Amino acid sequence: MALSCAERAATPALSEFSREGAQMTTTDDTDVSSPPRASISARNLRTDRWMRGPVLTVIGITAWVAYATFRVFYQGDYWAADYHYLTPFYSPCISDGCIPDSAHFGRILPDHPLIPYAALSLPFLLAFRLTCYYYRKAYYRSFWLSPPACAVPDGHARYTGETRFPLILQNFHRYFFYAAFLISVINTYDAILAFQSPAGFGFGLGNLVLVANVVLLWCYTLGCHSCRHVMGGRLRHFSKNPIRYRLWSFVTVLNNRHMMWAWITLASLALTDFYVMAVASGMIADLRFIN
Amino acid sequence: MSTRTFRVWRGDADGGDFAEFEVEVNEGEVILDVIHRIQAEQAPDLAVRWNCKAGKCGSCSAEVNGMPRLMCMTRMNLFDEGEDVTVTPLRTFPVVRDLVCDVSFNYEKAREMPAFKPPAGVKPGDYRMQQVDVERSQEFRKCIECFLCQNTCHVVRDHEENKPPFSGPRMFIRAAELDMHPLDARDDRQDMAQDEQGLGYCNITKCCTEVCPENIHITDNAIIPMKERVAGDRYDPLVWLGRKIFRKGKKGERA
Ligand code: SF4
Ligand code: SF4
Ligand code: FES
Ligand code: FES
Repeated sequence: MALSCAERAATPALSEFSREGAQMTTTDDTDVSSPPRASISARNLRTDRWMRGPVLTVIGITAWVAYATFRVFYQGDYWAADYHYLTPFYSPCISDGCIPDSAHFGRILPDHPLIPYAALSLPFLLAFRLTCYYYRKAYYRSFWLSPPACAVPDGHARYTGETRFPLILQNFHRYFFYAAFLISVINTYDAILAFQSPAGFGFGLGNLVLVANVVLLWCYTLGCHSCRHVMGGRLRHFSKNPIRYRLWSFVTVLNNRHMMWAWITLASLALTDFYVMAVASGMIADLRFIN
Repeated sequence: MSTRTFRVWRGDADGGDFAEFEVEVNEGEVILDVIHRIQAEQAPDLAVRWNCKAGKCGSCSAEVNGMPRLMCMTRMNLFDEGEDVTVTPLRTFPVVRDLVCDVSFNYEKAREMPAFKPPAGVKPGDYRMQQVDVERSQEFRKCIECFLCQNTCHVVRDHEENKPPFSGPRMFIRAAELDMHPLDARDDRQDMAQDEQGLGYCNITKCCTEVCPENIHITDNAIIPMKERVAGDRYDPLVWLGRKIFRKGKKGERA
């Protein structure tokens, strides 16, 4: 078994019987339970709680999407005017309906209940997360049951993976990464601007929330697999590119925890938004340390 | 010492069923020890493949309570006191007898994979490589060819019709190993991964990584980087445009 592939290197003559050979032993409608595979009627024999992961994922993502949809179309309480807090769900605020002070980049879109105030950034952020390698794993497993868990049968009769339209478009993830990078810069800018309230320099709990959210967003965005590739993963010789090797190593550290950042940022985005909404609507008063 | 109920699948390609054994289990034992005890005391004709008993030969792959595992590395204390243990052969490959499978699918796929191509003008013995350049490839050399990943991958486990176009995670790490190799002289490995190995079938759901006994980060370090390389080579309009304008960096060529 442990023969190395190098020793069994391909020769054209040998590979001739390969593809046909694979078919000869079995037929196309063989499934995990049928001969010539071991005929075991149970389609999966796992005894652990393998459903936990997919169920939690569905609950978590559905709850988040419900909250985000409500907030994006709510079109209110997104700007705490006293402290210049802008929620990330409305950044950059570019609709005619935006409160002028909150619109750092101009108001170019018509004010319409169906057009989110941040209609320029939200679709890219959505696409960034939808095509993210981690979220793909998460929703393929939980929403699409393909497969729901390891060694548990796929919920579909046919499967072509990401070889065809529309899933072949997942290959554009890199572009959404570039967009998300720019949007993270804008979020960072928002968080910095928030230290300047109408009364001059100010600093409150809301600033901490905004800054923490931005730091976490960077951990998620920079830990992206496409970022890892662009920074240095595509190289064959790290030794010839020491700076890119260091960048790649840094991204690799973040990337190792990409799933964790993916969930933490979902939570931090919702909490940041909720905090700004609570302050903006007067539900709570911001805890101020300075000014 | 305690007694356990083991349900072991017995049969061949024509059919079979579970046989139940009440068997003694001692502290510190692994599944393979117990299978050997069943073989020694109750079922001398039970077929099982093993070799090193140290998780290094990759022979003893099977499914224990539905999870693909090496029998020699699965300790009995993983299971609750009194929990029955079910052992079956791998369920993606044709069974030969009892716990032994015909894994030739994997060897056929390995033969399709062109080997390392030496760089032109460098004599064997004169190869020089920097450690940082070979590190990534070295992770993949830890593979013991147990084929647990190949067995677990739903692309072929649940879709027999995908066996011809799909080589599987073990071969993807091989492709990545050579594509990242500082001296490999082939520049068509990304195209091969996409067109001949069926990299696009993988939906990165990571079961291969979950079952790999060598803890190789198959998905994160091999499959996704290969997908990114293919994306850069084929689906990236900026790269394409750059190539047109600057006429540099041929397809597949990299620093
Ligand atoms: S990550 Fe890809 S190769 Fe690995 S088990 Fe899943 S589908 Fe198969
Ligand atoms: S990659 Fe891991 S699971 Fe797959 S054959 Fe090699 S050692 Fe086994
Ligand atoms: S953001 Fe998750 S992989 Fe790119
Ligand atoms: S017997 Fe060698 S890996 Fe288990």
